[in-house]
Amino acid sequence: MLMGLFNHWVVIALMMIGLYIVIAHGNLIKKIVGLTLFQTSVFIFYISMAKVNGGTAPILADDITQYSNPLPHVLILTAIVVGIATTALALSLVVRIKETYGSIEEENIQHQDNQSLEQSNSKKASTAPKDSKQENQA
Amino acid sequence: MINIVILTLLVVIAIAIIRMKDLFAVVMLLGIYGLLSASFFVAMDAVDVAFTEAAVGAGISTLLMLVVISMTGRREITTRHKPLSALLVVAITGFLLIYGTLDMPYFGAADAPIHGHVAPRYINDSMQEIGVPNIVTSVLASYRAFDTFGEVVVIFTAGIGVLALLSVARRPEDPEQITVINDSMHKQHLVIRIVVKILIPFILLFALYVQFHGDFGPGGGFQAGVIFAAAIILYTMLFGLSTARTVINQSFIRLTAAIGVLVYGSVGLATLLSGGNFFDYDVLVNDPIAGQHLGILFIELGVGCTVAAVMIIIFFSFAARREIQLNNKNKESSSC
Repeated sequence: MLMGLFNHWVVIALMMIGLYIVIAHGNLIKKIVGLTLFQTSVFIFYISMAKVNGGTAPILADDITQYSNPLPHVLILTAIVVGIATTALALSLVVRIKETYGSIEEENIQHQDNQSLEQSNSKKASTAPKDSKQENQA
Repeated sequence: MINIVILTLLVVIAIAIIRMKDLFAVVMLLGIYGLLSASFFVAMDAVDVAFTEAAVGAGISTLLMLVVISMTGRREITTRHKPLSALLVVAITGFLLIYGTLDMPYFGAADAPIHGHVAPRYINDSMQEIGVPNIVTSVLASYRAFDTFGEVVVIFTAGIGVLALLSVARRPEDPEQITVINDSMHKQHLVIRIVVKILIPFILLFALYVQFHGDFGPGGGFQAGVIFAAAIILYTMLFGLSTARTVINQSFIRLTAAIGVLVYGSVGLATLLSGGNFFDYDVLVNDPIAGQHLGILFIELGVGCTVAAVMIIIFFSFAARREIQLNNKNKESSSC
């Protein structure tokens, strides 16, 4: 059982490491790295499911009868290229966040957001009574 | 046996990635991780996938991440949010997943459910129906061509997204400053530059080989596009963005990305107009096998164009953004 399920367990370990990085780390680049680990673990899962003992690569040749399953290969082949394209999109968002906030640490960004929210709230609070006073004077 | 060694190494690298604070080291480890998983895919008979992962995981994604950390800084600040509760969530999820695997068919079992359904048909009949030895290519470009069309459109859309987020209105650039940056780069990497200059024609030629030999061996549009883009990106890294932009016109490369999707879609339309189903190449020419060959050729060409162009667009956008940031910094420091 240990040998038969070893691949699946390694996939789960890699997936959980990726998930842990996404949850516990505040750095946005590190989070994207975690997502990449998670993604690659799924690739490994699909490809190891496609393997047949004694089979070879799914390219037809005359004296070969046993092939590995080609379908997961097709799915993962396209998924890898789509994955890098979406990762690039995430990275470009990180670059824009860095330009706007001057930081890519989640806590700093949250802190700045809270501050600007408080400022806008206090502005509203301070402008609201003024308006009512002006109305009274009028 | 070899796969157990590789998988153990992958786990070790992943744990090292958690512990590293230096993002540069993290990115390098991720490159090694990509290369190792590519070798794992070779051991699992997935040669086409290994090809793609080697070019993407070890090549392009590492370079992209390096460019980004050169803009955003390479230190990770050490605070972690509630590592204990995160660990708890991860442990429970992992335990449930492991419990789920107990019912799974063992690794390499030939009678697993996944090997039923359509897979035997692909393996037994694809030679008569498609006439292409590489089953992965015939599934990718013919049986599941509609699916692949969706993937290509997603890649194209991601490219547009990166352009929308990072492209800047072209301002009159200060040519002197840019040449200063480039000159310093050239003096530093003389050996690499000469070696790369010799290598680039071979990389491009290999990309074309992978593109057009994909029917018979491992390869196809996705792999060829990524390898082609990797050569251009290598050139850009060493010779500067402005030099690369004189070699490859910016608007030309954007046009290529769109034309690739257009070629792909047009093949589907052509099959519809000839009276077949969407992407049913049998009706393109009188002989079904010749029709399949023609359809696969055009589709792989469309995929190759779009993938290569989008990867180059993405890298150019990041590099241009970085150059502008550097210029702004230089101006600020000179004005101070």
